[in-house]
Amino acid sequence: MAKKRLCLTVNGRAIEQEIEENLRLLDVLRDELGLTGSKEGCGIGECGACTVILDGKAVNSCLVLALSADGGVVETVEGLAAGDHLDPLQESFLDNHALQCGFCTPGMLMSAKALLKENPAPGVEEIKEAISGNLCRCTGYVQIVEAVKEAAQRLGGG
Amino acid sequence: MSVHDSWRVDAREKVTGQARFAADLHIPGQLIGKVWRSGQTHARIVSLDATEAKKIPGVVKIMLAGDMPAHTTWSTYPFLAQGRVLYQGDAVALVAAESEEAALAALAQMEAVYEALPPVLSLDEALEESAPILHNSYPDNRVANSHWPVRKGNIREGFEQSDLVLEREYRTSHVEHAYIEPEAVVVMTDWDGSLIIYGSTQNPFNTRRAVAAATGYPLNKVRVVQQAVGGSFGGKEESVGLLAGRASVLCLATGRPVKMTYSREESVIESSKRHPFRFRYKVGAKRDGRLMALQAELVDEGGAYNFQAQFMNWRACVHAAGVYHIPNVEIDVYAVHTNHVFGGAMRGYSSPQIIFAQESLMDELAAALGLEPLALRRLNFLREGDETITGQILHEPVNAEKVTLRALDLADYERKKEAYRRQDPDTRQVGGIGFATCFRGCGLGAEAPDATGAILSVQEDGSIVVRSSLTDMGQGLQTAHAQLVARELGVSPARIVSKPVDTSLVPEGGMTVASRGTYSGGKPILQAVARIKQILLHVAAQKLECSAGELAMANDCVFRREDPSQKLSFAEVASAAFWSGHSLSVTEWFQPGPLRWERETGQGEAFPSYTYSCVVAEVSVDRLTGKATVTKLVSVHDAGRVVHAGAASGQVYGGMAMGVGMALMEGLNFERGLVTSTNFDRYLIPTAADIPEAVFEFLPSDGNSGAAGAKSLGEATVEAVPAAVANALAAAGYRLRTLPALSESLLKRERG
Ligand code: FES
Ligand code: FES
Repeated sequence: MAKKRLCLTVNGRAIEQEIEENLRLLDVLRDELGLTGSKEGCGIGECGACTVILDGKAVNSCLVLALSADGGVVETVEGLAAGDHLDPLQESFLDNHALQCGFCTPGMLMSAKALLKENPAPGVEEIKEAISGNLCRCTGYVQIVEAVKEAAQRLGGG
Repeated sequence: MSVHDSWRVDAREKVTGQARFAADLHIPGQLIGKVWRSGQTHARIVSLDATEAKKIPGVVKIMLAGDMPAHTTWSTYPFLAQGRVLYQGDAVALVAAESEEAALAALAQMEAVYEALPPVLSLDEALEESAPILHNSYPDNRVANSHWPVRKGNIREGFEQSDLVLEREYRTSHVEHAYIEPEAVVVMTDWDGSLIIYGSTQNPFNTRRAVAAATGYPLNKVRVVQQAVGGSFGGKEESVGLLAGRASVLCLATGRPVKMTYSREESVIESSKRHPFRFRYKVGAKRDGRLMALQAELVDEGGAYNFQAQFMNWRACVHAAGVYHIPNVEIDVYAVHTNHVFGGAMRGYSSPQIIFAQESLMDELAAALGLEPLALRRLNFLREGDETITGQILHEPVNAEKVTLRALDLADYERKKEAYRRQDPDTRQVGGIGFATCFRGCGLGAEAPDATGAILSVQEDGSIVVRSSLTDMGQGLQTAHAQLVARELGVSPARIVSKPVDTSLVPEGGMTVASRGTYSGGKPILQAVARIKQILLHVAAQKLECSAGELAMANDCVFRREDPSQKLSFAEVASAAFWSGHSLSVTEWFQPGPLRWERETGQGEAFPSYTYSCVVAEVSVDRLTGKATVTKLVSVHDAGRVVHAGAASGQVYGGMAMGVGMALMEGLNFERGLVTSTNFDRYLIPTAADIPEAVFEFLPSDGNSGAAGAKSLGEATVEAVPAAVANALAAAGYRLRTLPALSESLLKRERG
């Protein structure tokens, strides 16, 4: 298979790489860049474990052909914290016990992050809606919704 | 909640993406392993041909059953099937290749010829006289050792003394664990030739057994290292053993590390499911509601292979009559083989199914007697000093009634029930409220020894490592264990590192099942803490020139109770102890006393302690579409003393969601034995939008046998939910005797 050049900004870092044409954005992140925070749970756009922010929008990176994102700006869970300084969403997930196995957590955080960027003061229903594409089998979502609400408040919204 | 209760040992790593799951590992030189599955319901293998597949560039190795170095099966499950395949997930060949693409291309080039054999497609078919025999050693299609009877009193007399006898049949479906992380392992050899398996496994010691079986290696040359596990709920057991065994033989055959990750489809096709049950209950009661007799046949579908039903059905026979006092009982539980994917452990084991049937029955009986559901239950609840159907006198506090009254109160049940009864039956949206009460035997009970171990080591700088023989698969067990240590030593949890299981480091401590992680798993930890504490206090007493009895430990210090200013930091004491030659590393083992069980009658001592739970559900049904929604769940659990409030709350909410899924949406679909709902587009689990308002309370209780007073919780949280939802639906006019209560079934009822 032919290789093509892919240019991306990932977590603020410019990336330029020759990749196989058929790679998904998720493959590039996990296999080429070693950013294994984004997970694969279904491969068909149903579980949200692979959610990243692409050009400001939450997307299922298992459904994005990497080359179609050429020139794009990608944010992954690895880019949320600034060094030791956690993002308020991450803090709030810790404080609200919003995770158990943690497999859905990166995707959940990125969906929530995208939501808060667009809507700094979301209501409970809006939060549920925003994360309804992210499956979690462990938590029953209650503490996750709480966490997002609290993060919004901490950020001065809500 | 105390400050410590939102703290979790692995949370920071999990919110930053650092936590490493098995599929995140990459070993230089690794090959990608794949499984070629039969895709057949029941067939004879006529021929398998890998000639073309071997020619694909990048393919390094293809193995058939004949190439396996040792055993082709583990327990009853085949690593590679030989001669015959019994369900679609059966593997017939393994591929190792340089890349995923090459491995997949090889699978596409494999050629097989099968000759279809008559299949068994349901538990009813399995029981037919003329049913095909699936395993020659079990000509009646019954799963080995899966029959567990209970005989108590005199069933004939019991029915004779009854004024009313009611017979009902209930059924449940195959439920998928749907952990969001599909199974994955990476296998490599160590420099001494032994194997190292990094995997997403619930029971690393069982995974080790599987690898030993597949490779012929002794157990001491197989090291299984658990990675962060992305949920399990009983599921990462058989399939992970098979996966690890297969990856190991590929690793040995190629001399290269091998990584194998299941796709969601493979995970659904091969991993075990919640056993579907068919319940036939016959209950007799006096006119006033006193239960006199219960006769029941519980049949569960074990699928193509099965090892779990023998254990699961034992638990089933103990819980088959619910949390009630019944003098005359005859119960038979057994499992059958079919050509479907195998049944296994899933959160609650057999209980969510049984409670659905048995608590539906209680509501139906109440209605037949003209009694309120609560009145019937209060008359029959087990109480302290009562004898269970399995002949055990309950000496510990029995809180069935207490949790029920509290839950009903919290749910405003009486008022709402009346309001629903007055609702206009012709409106499009109708509602109902219902509840279910249950108990759960804590830990393994008489099923198997509830023994387990732990290692606690305090380092010279005062930091601490805790290693349990039981696993954290997301439920937060490492945190609960660290919490116990922190509390007992009076140190901050930040000092403690709690490690996942590595089979080369901790004693084999049995399986992490039956909600025994804290209940039993906490015990060797507390024993170890007690020994370490003794040493530290002894050393501190010498330094402070007092007796150890005068000292206390809190706030990361050891101090004199009389004069707290006379103190030493925890780190100082640890260092002094180490440098004066004391051992600060302690291995402890908890061995419970033996429990008595008589198999023929099902009488004995089943469990030392029981968790009591009540769940109240409110539902709303759209009569036009048949869509049912759970609008509110209230649950109250007597789980003894809760160790970590944050983790415990997470268990309750998670259990509620799983219960809602089982009640309303989850059931695997098959077409002639082949699963058609193999991914989340067709197998739906609850999303954030499906979650009802959730309220819960723990009812603290003492006097039980658990570590630090903690009883089992993880499974108890899910168990009564489907039953409560079913009873709420019945209150809304929809008594469904088969789960899940899909809109199709409700519509059918609606249209008569
Ligand atoms: S892996 Fe992308 S949505 Fe599930
Ligand atoms: S925390 Fe396990 S899937 Fe969400």
